[in-house]
Amino acid sequence: MQFFDIFLLETILNGILFGGVLALLALGLNLIFGVIDVVWICYAELMMIGMYTVYYLHNVFGWNLFLAFGAAIFLVAALGVVLHVVVIRPVLNSDPINQLLVTGGVLTFLQAAATLVFGIEFKNLGVSMPSLMLGEISLPWSRIAAALTALIAMFLLWLFLKRTYIGTAIRAISQDRAIMPLMGVDAGRIYITTSAIGGGLAGLGACLLVLQYDVHPAIGLSFGPLTFMVCVLGGLGNMLGGFIAAFIFAQLINIGGYVLSSDWGYVLAFGFFIVMMFVRPQGILGGKA
Amino acid sequence: MSATTREQRQWAMGVGALCVVPVIITSNYLLHVMVLIFIWSFIYTAWSMMGRFGLVSFGHGAFMGIGAYCVTMLWNTQGISPWLGIPVAVLLAVLLAVLIGYPCFRFRITGHYFALVTLALTEVVRSSVVALRDYTGGSLGVTPNSVLKEGTTWSITALQFADKRVFFYIALALWLFGLWVWQRIDRSMLRYAMQAVSQEEDAAASVGVNVTRAKLTVTVVSAALTALGGALYGQYQQYINPETVASIAVSLQIVFAVIAGGMFVKFGPTVGAVFTLLLTEGLRVGIGNKINALDSTIYGAMLVLFIICMPTGILGKLQEKWRGAKASGAAA
Repeated sequence: MQFFDIFLLETILNGILFGGVLALLALGLNLIFGVIDVVWICYAELMMIGMYTVYYLHNVFGWNLFLAFGAAIFLVAALGVVLHVVVIRPVLNSDPINQLLVTGGVLTFLQAAATLVFGIEFKNLGVSMPSLMLGEISLPWSRIAAALTALIAMFLLWLFLKRTYIGTAIRAISQDRAIMPLMGVDAGRIYITTSAIGGGLAGLGACLLVLQYDVHPAIGLSFGPLTFMVCVLGGLGNMLGGFIAAFIFAQLINIGGYVLSSDWGYVLAFGFFIVMMFVRPQGILGGKA
Repeated sequence: MSATTREQRQWAMGVGALCVVPVIITSNYLLHVMVLIFIWSFIYTAWSMMGRFGLVSFGHGAFMGIGAYCVTMLWNTQGISPWLGIPVAVLLAVLLAVLIGYPCFRFRITGHYFALVTLALTEVVRSSVVALRDYTGGSLGVTPNSVLKEGTTWSITALQFADKRVFFYIALALWLFGLWVWQRIDRSMLRYAMQAVSQEEDAAASVGVNVTRAKLTVTVVSAALTALGGALYGQYQQYINPETVASIAVSLQIVFAVIAGGMFVKFGPTVGAVFTLLLTEGLRVGIGNKINALDSTIYGAMLVLFIICMPTGILGKLQEKWRGAKASGAAA
């Protein structure tokens, strides 16, 4: 049984850690879709801006790493609000497809603007972290920290949505956006709060990914499509579904990549997605088709 | 009847004028820009056949990629002439369109979901091209084996011509063919069926429209033409890579250009192609290659502006204005 060797186990564990980060990214997108009913196609590009922020503040301006993280999260959250006010709000009542396309325009804009400003070079944060050795299995701490942070962030968000007044209002809006304004909830303010939280989650995702990957203007394209697939597979707007789907996807990519090659891992994952769309178009846990 | 003859006369004059262009214009650069405009216009027109009925596809990068890669791979590895390769590529694209389209339409996957499924399709094709790098050259791209050398300036079997004028006529014919198909659809029952479907699927079905079949027909036509455009793009450029023919960026470029030009009118996609290519070339000539990605930055910003302020596109807006002026003139 050479197939079930120790490296496969390592691949699976790495897949679980990767799944944690994917789940965090999907969570932000799902929250925004659930509440505002808009898909931010440019979500991963916001994350890319966050990664550049960390890189520049830490490596060029010499900020403390955690201070840079905080600044990046804050900046991307602010960007989320700007995106909502400038781009999303004018098209809120037009065709859904226009809303999708308009953020596609933002994607092109951010990616090209990043090339313009930062250049196409791959930039590395240069923070190296040791690996955790479990016998012969080595797991990079950067991945473990990322997955743990993602889990904690998801738990905090869940608490926020369940225990605070604004959180309750956000959940209420996502259930019935027509009635809630009549109940005295200011939908416009909820949208802005949600955009800020969604942006903040993208910023947090940026901090976790910048530890593992080099930053370049097209990095959004490596994570963006993946994030949408995770959200749709879980049922757009369904946070629990997205969480489960993230781990399925991560395992497909990692195991597929281990058995074949990393490119085939992606082909496998996207192919699986297309098949699943036909089997369960409403998502693995979705009720809303 | 007289309206038809007038239109026919206008067409004949327009096409005639375009045919003498290569005789007058000898600059290879200008010819190159025009060939690109025709090929892209054709692909954009093909996309708009779906887009105008609310089927927004991000999968046209996939169909274009299949067209370009299938023809080039058959030529490079098997020595099969593009004349045979193109039908094979178109057939493959049609098969894929049915494979994706049928379940999508059958299970009523529309709007956001349809866009995202087709987005995944583009990624599958792009990643497959990259994964098969031993054959396709991966991200570095691939060049069709050239048969042009000293003394040989053209080969019909290989569909390779050193003279840009030949491609000018091929691309012109392609573009006219695209407009003809667009018009055929526009004047068919299918168009009314699809318009009904795009407004209210259930209502359309209840008056006897076979929704799945109508959507599938439009999708298959659109995919086949896009693959044909991709194949000729590869033959003309003599170089293809996954980013330029099969990526999400291409899919977005197609959608953007069509929206900029106007997806509801016949010449809208063409106006979109002229507009975007002149923008790119203008910036390149005016500013030079030093400023990387400036054109895409402006594209992106303009796409956002177009969707917010002018969702019917340049030509659509102009026609609305023109019609509005005529209507108010008639009222007065």
